[in-house]
Amino acid sequence: MSSNVRFTDFKSDKQPTWCPGCGDFGTMNGMMKALANTGNDPDNTFIVAGIGCSGKIGTYMHSYALHGVHGRALPVGTGVKLANPDLEVMVAGGDGDGYSIGAGHFIHAVRRNIDMTYVVMDNRIYGLTKGQASPTSRSDFETSTSPEGPKQSPVNPLALALASGASFIAQSFSSDALRHAEIVQEAIEHDGFGFVNVFSPCVTFNDVDTYDYFRDSLVDLKDDGHDPTDYEAAKSVILDSEKEYQGVMYRDENAVPYGEAHGVTEDMTEIGEGAPEDAMDLVREFY
Amino acid sequence: MPADFNWAIGGEAGDGIDSTGKIFAQALSRAGRHVFTSKDFASRIRGGYTAYKIRTSVEQVQSVVDRLDVLIALTPRTIEENLSELHEGSVIVYDGDRTTMQNVEIPDGMVGLDVPLKSLAEDAGGAIMRNVVALGAACAVTDFPIENLDSALQKRFGNKGQKLVDNNKQAARLGRDYVTDEYDHEFDYSLETTDSDYVLLNGDEAIGMGALAAGCRFYAGYPITPATNVMEYLVGRIEHYGGHVVQAEDELSAINMALGAARAGARSMTATSGPGIDLMTETFGLVATSETPLVIVDVMRSGPSTGMPTKQEQGDLNQMLYGGHGEVPRFVLAPTTIDECFWKTVEAFNLAEKYNIPVYLTADLALAVTEQTFEPEAFDMDAVEIDRGKLVDEDEIDEWLDESGHFRTHAITHDGVSPRAKPGTAKGAHMSTGLEHDELGRRTEDTQMRVEQVDKRNRKVESAIERESFDYREYGTPGADNLVISWGSNEGALIEALELLEADDIDVHVISVPYIFPRPDLSAEINAAENVIVVECNNTGQFADVLEHDALCRVDRINKYNGVRFKADELAERITDTLADTAPAEVSQ
Ligand SMILES: Cc1ncc(C[n+]2csc(CCOP(=O)(O)OP(=O)(O)O)c2C)c(N)n1
Ligand code: SF4
Ligand SMILES: [Mg+2]
Repeated sequence: MSSNVRFTDFKSDKQPTWCPGCGDFGTMNGMMKALANTGNDPDNTFIVAGIGCSGKIGTYMHSYALHGVHGRALPVGTGVKLANPDLEVMVAGGDGDGYSIGAGHFIHAVRRNIDMTYVVMDNRIYGLTKGQASPTSRSDFETSTSPEGPKQSPVNPLALALASGASFIAQSFSSDALRHAEIVQEAIEHDGFGFVNVFSPCVTFNDVDTYDYFRDSLVDLKDDGHDPTDYEAAKSVILDSEKEYQGVMYRDENAVPYGEAHGVTEDMTEIGEGAPEDAMDLVREFY
Repeated sequence: MPADFNWAIGGEAGDGIDSTGKIFAQALSRAGRHVFTSKDFASRIRGGYTAYKIRTSVEQVQSVVDRLDVLIALTPRTIEENLSELHEGSVIVYDGDRTTMQNVEIPDGMVGLDVPLKSLAEDAGGAIMRNVVALGAACAVTDFPIENLDSALQKRFGNKGQKLVDNNKQAARLGRDYVTDEYDHEFDYSLETTDSDYVLLNGDEAIGMGALAAGCRFYAGYPITPATNVMEYLVGRIEHYGGHVVQAEDELSAINMALGAARAGARSMTATSGPGIDLMTETFGLVATSETPLVIVDVMRSGPSTGMPTKQEQGDLNQMLYGGHGEVPRFVLAPTTIDECFWKTVEAFNLAEKYNIPVYLTADLALAVTEQTFEPEAFDMDAVEIDRGKLVDEDEIDEWLDESGHFRTHAITHDGVSPRAKPGTAKGAHMSTGLEHDELGRRTEDTQMRVEQVDKRNRKVESAIERESFDYREYGTPGADNLVISWGSNEGALIEALELLEADDIDVHVISVPYIFPRPDLSAEINAAENVIVVECNNTGQFADVLEHDALCRVDRINKYNGVRFKADELAERITDTLADTAPAEVSQ
């Protein structure tokens, strides 16, 4: 890891094709800054991207990366990190990718507490498929597939994480560049599964959850004297449906990451040119 | 056919049938006898009929037959289920004290041995050992030295304390002595022992051991019969080599975890059965198009849907060959014997990395759950070679950078094989994606690049066909008019069927094929033979279809899809019938 890495080193030479003003620009910038600030470089970083407008991030950043199938980014990140714990693994995707088609994996990735970072670019809409309701869409949000609104309560991803035994839960806003980068950096530094739900507005298909809406309504937990190590305090902000928060809601410093709990801390990618030296013992077991 | 002896224990699921049978199989193996086991199991929950059968001989045995010499029957149904296999002189051991067994009728000509299994077990320390009492009785019937059983009991219970081992040994002796003392009968059987040392293992275990030998260090899976054994084998062993097994939340996750580990540069594998393969299919396309080396094991069971989960079938061949939308090459290996499960697993890992391609490795249920004895040299670890293909390190990477210094992970190459750089390799940072991509792994819809990438992926197959030997095995009379082709576990029964056919003066050439794709070109053999029959455990003849396609002609088919594996005598009969049906009508004189 070189210390002279700049965040622009994480930028690829592909120009993003996101709509001008899309929240994903700010989300990505913050991720790059956080990665550079934590001493990582593109050669030791692995980004796993989901499918969606958000998933294009794998192309616009420069690092080792896989842009997988819809909803399965977390299992891929899990495999990468376990196979080589020396890598910095960051998984990124949309709210549909993470909380709808991939919701099953979300719960179990949280439980497993692999030492990686998960950034969800939550625009409360399906952007790539041009504006259908997402699991975080408001129940009265009118879309092409829900002309009168989905009429179901939106999922609360932070509560879902808390109920699944999360060790780090945070939320940020893509246009509050400084705070967003800071929060993602904390998630990276957390020893375990660092989950950040990022409000990342879709300027094309969501005219409700807009920059103005978040700017006006966001409460920063940092200014609020919130203690993220206090489970009860975390629970009350996470379950508070009246307000939108940014900041680190919950951090369990005693949680043991999966790798440590299972003794998986070494790079497993190096092998010899033949069977392991004592492999004949495996045969002898069958006597 | 070698002079063989056939033994079985049967009862209800939950009666410990499997572990008792395994102990006796191990005792026979320790005594230097060859063993081939099979299982009739209805379901894993208590209530269904289940049996563990052993065929043993001093020579290698590789199939089951329709004959039972000694049967330990814990339930009346065990006798009913096996009536057709029992014969005059067969011995049935049962416990007449058991309420359900009180009025059991021993068929005429057979020898019924009423042994108080439960009460003798209690004398030895606990009713739970009643099956071991029965094993002791079996020793008396077969003139088999009980010391061999001792060492199998030691192996089975050794880690639970010497007291338990000793109680079990005692239970076995009480069973043996009861038969010797109470029944003054000259039994027809005598199990000769030899000095040979064999190992006894099943196909799932051979696959797991092959994976460890080949350097597999990451495994992710979701439990499913009959593939779970692979995972259970690896847990507790892979850690010794620095690896890890994850029990994933579902098969979607399992294959994606395995994919992630492979992208990180580890040799990685997942194993499942039909329903899991279905779930993995979307990601399979991603593995293939991102050119990630991965071994996916499909232990086939009867389908479709939940089908008959504990029954034999070879029905997933089309799914492996063609599953997934779009078109992308993959390799499909199908070992035909248990020792080959080991070697083909090693080969699967090498092929995956040499050609950056997903490799399906498939065993049918019969192969996966059958235990068989082998010389330990059949698994010679010194002969295992690892070839990681075009995995480039820091020194070699410059060769693969474009003019602006980007690693060309999907480089268009002459042989279709692109380089791989492990994450962590300086200057190697690159992405890949399930979207069609350019040489750098970035999305493209450029018409020319699309064609170049598709062609490049297909060239890997051509290169593999040129470089590798996708061979087959032959038995019987090469060049005979009658050619029988088979894949998967049918090989053993076919070899033994050959002897029966020979006795009837029917010459047959048998070809057993362990490669489904790429596969050997059999068109010359097929076109030269007068009668060609393809034998497989499915309804439609999926392998027959691809062979017809290869050879541009029609073949005959012998299919079985009732959930039970082929037996030698059955195959001989069906081959004879098929040949009779296809023979040109004789002109009457
Ligand atoms: C299996 C599968 N089903 C459906 C799709 C189509 N699809 C692509 S992205 C997407 C939703 C994206 O929404 P989200 O995850 O919120 O990402 P966003 O575009 O909003 O960033 C869908 C349904 C797909 N690619 N794969
Ligand atoms: S559609 Fe929405 S989410 Fe997608 S790029 Fe445009 S603004 Fe961003
Ligand atoms: Mg979205």
